[in-house]
Amino acid sequence: MMEWLTQEILAKYNYWIAVIIILIGFYAMIAKDNLIKKLIGLSLFQTGIFLYFISLGDVGVGWGLRSGTTYIIEAIPEGYIYINPLPTALILTAIVVSVSTLAVSLGLVIRIYEEYETIEESEIIEKERVL
Amino acid sequence: MIGIEHLPVLLIVLSLLAAFTIFVAGWFDKKFSWAISFITILVQLVMSIFILNHVLFTGKIDYWLSGWRPPWGIQVVVDTLNAYVLVVLLFLALLSVMYSKRNIQHELPEKVITYYAVYQLLVTGLCGVTITGDIFNMYVFVEIFSLAAYALIASRGGIALKASFVYLVMGSIGACLFVLGIGFLYSVTGSLNMADLAAILPPLYGNKMVQAAFALFVVGLSIKMALFPLHTWLPDAHSFAPAEISAMLSGIIIEVSTYALIRLSFSVFTVNFLKLLPIYDLLAWIAAIAIIYGSVMAIAQLNLKRMLAYSSVSQMGYIMLAVGLSLSTKHLLWGGLTPALMHILNHALMKGCLFMVAGAFIYKADLWNITDLRGLGRKMPWTCGAFTMAAISMIGVPPSVGFVSKIYLIFAVVEAGNFLFMAVILLSTLLNLVYFWRVIETLYMKVGEAGPHHEYEKPVKTDEIPLLMLIPILILGSLCIVMGIIWLTEIPIIGAVPIMDSVNKLFEIGRYTVVP
Repeated sequence: MMEWLTQEILAKYNYWIAVIIILIGFYAMIAKDNLIKKLIGLSLFQTGIFLYFISLGDVGVGWGLRSGTTYIIEAIPEGYIYINPLPTALILTAIVVSVSTLAVSLGLVIRIYEEYETIEESEIIEKERVL
Repeated sequence: MIGIEHLPVLLIVLSLLAAFTIFVAGWFDKKFSWAISFITILVQLVMSIFILNHVLFTGKIDYWLSGWRPPWGIQVVVDTLNAYVLVVLLFLALLSVMYSKRNIQHELPEKVITYYAVYQLLVTGLCGVTITGDIFNMYVFVEIFSLAAYALIASRGGIALKASFVYLVMGSIGACLFVLGIGFLYSVTGSLNMADLAAILPPLYGNKMVQAAFALFVVGLSIKMALFPLHTWLPDAHSFAPAEISAMLSGIIIEVSTYALIRLSFSVFTVNFLKLLPIYDLLAWIAAIAIIYGSVMAIAQLNLKRMLAYSSVSQMGYIMLAVGLSLSTKHLLWGGLTPALMHILNHALMKGCLFMVAGAFIYKADLWNITDLRGLGRKMPWTCGAFTMAAISMIGVPPSVGFVSKIYLIFAVVEAGNFLFMAVILLSTLLNLVYFWRVIETLYMKVGEAGPHHEYEKPVKTDEIPLLMLIPILILGSLCIVMGIIWLTEIPIIGAVPIMDSVNKLFEIGRYTVVP
């Protein structure tokens, strides 16, 4: 039992945290009524994915999952620790994408607020029915 | 003279440059923005036709961005499948931009410059998804076109804002699942290049990570392409966007997402993987439900654009049914991906035309509901004529494109031996007839303004939309018939259209030997 705990949970704690963050974000996107809270959920979802990707960059230790290899350096010299730069570079791009998504969506929320004077989804649906 | 292998990249660069040029030129004069957009897309269309020609007769284009060798650098690969989708998408994009000159002036007079700039970004994203040979790059381009689409849908304000927000939340979930799938694949293979992945993956087909990645791709892209039951964003987004954006959304954007799924499943995972899991059978069943659901919901709608939107859900069902059957059909004419690829073009033509006509009614008199369209057939003869042609194509009256799609799909279903799917297609044809005939009847057989009976004989003054809006509608409407005749005459003679044939050959599905 103890061994299982250390091998499956503790040794891969970063992956577990990524999964938990993703699920919290997903829950918020589905269940929350407030549009801003939905967007916070979206942001959490994306952050969880970034964490997962960055965890993949870990080449030296190789806990459980087989990560990528260092593309540039074939043999790691003694006394140095390298991480695979590719996932980090990918996430830099993905962060840009997520920032622009958030920017567009926040802009939309502002316009929705101007139009409906509320950012609660249930109230918006209520007002839509009246229109 | 630059070599033809540079053209795919130039396609994106040009479009992206045009997006920024429109902003700058728009400061000087608003009129420039339309001209720049139109010329750029025209040039792109010509380039894409060159690419298609080259790919078809010489071989695929393989371009390494800034000269980095593929698994390291980003690769651009264009084969017949991309080239075909590229031509279709740029063709409809050109007609849409032609249409939007007057329509956008009328609907969004103060947003003209930004409209065209964002429109160019949309085209950039769509072209990018089509030509790229790298899955992460594909994700970035998917997000580019989605963001542009969110902005364009919201541009009318009001209810459209809510529709756009729903699309944004759902589309972002789809994109997140997609990028998570990429992460799964990367963690087992350490590569992002499609060709490289296809070479590394075969020994790993049994791996849970790889299978989970495939499931994530399917679900993520199903949201983007509005496959039932993940279509809930589509009806609102389609009905409240400006007409040409509805046409692009329905005719191109969801099709490009389908293309992404086809590309990933056949180029990255290959046929051998798809045969291991019954996922394509499952997709075919879901598609069959989508066909019926979309048609039934379309009947219930009073709003014309909303009706067309639900009809899109059902048409996506047709495409996915054809994709789902592609593994089990071997016949020369309708085997493999042929019906799916045909229907991508056919749907773009029909839905493009129908949405533009719906937009024309809104432009002319702000008419949204079907019952308001009484007697317009005599008032706007050309527009309504094009609508009728596209509508009978949707129903599937012989020489039209809809007929060709349906007959090939029925043959494919018969070959696959599933007669329930045939019943689904026939039932859906019947339902199509119900909801499209209702519109045609209102257009032609009911008198406007409910006047007394003798008014029927009175000559009605025609009141057509501007020529620049009418031309794209007429081109699309007549192509619905012309293209159908071309499909019907060409295919039995040559064996199969060379494009479809070479796609099937590429992916090793169907039977692709050309009859001498």
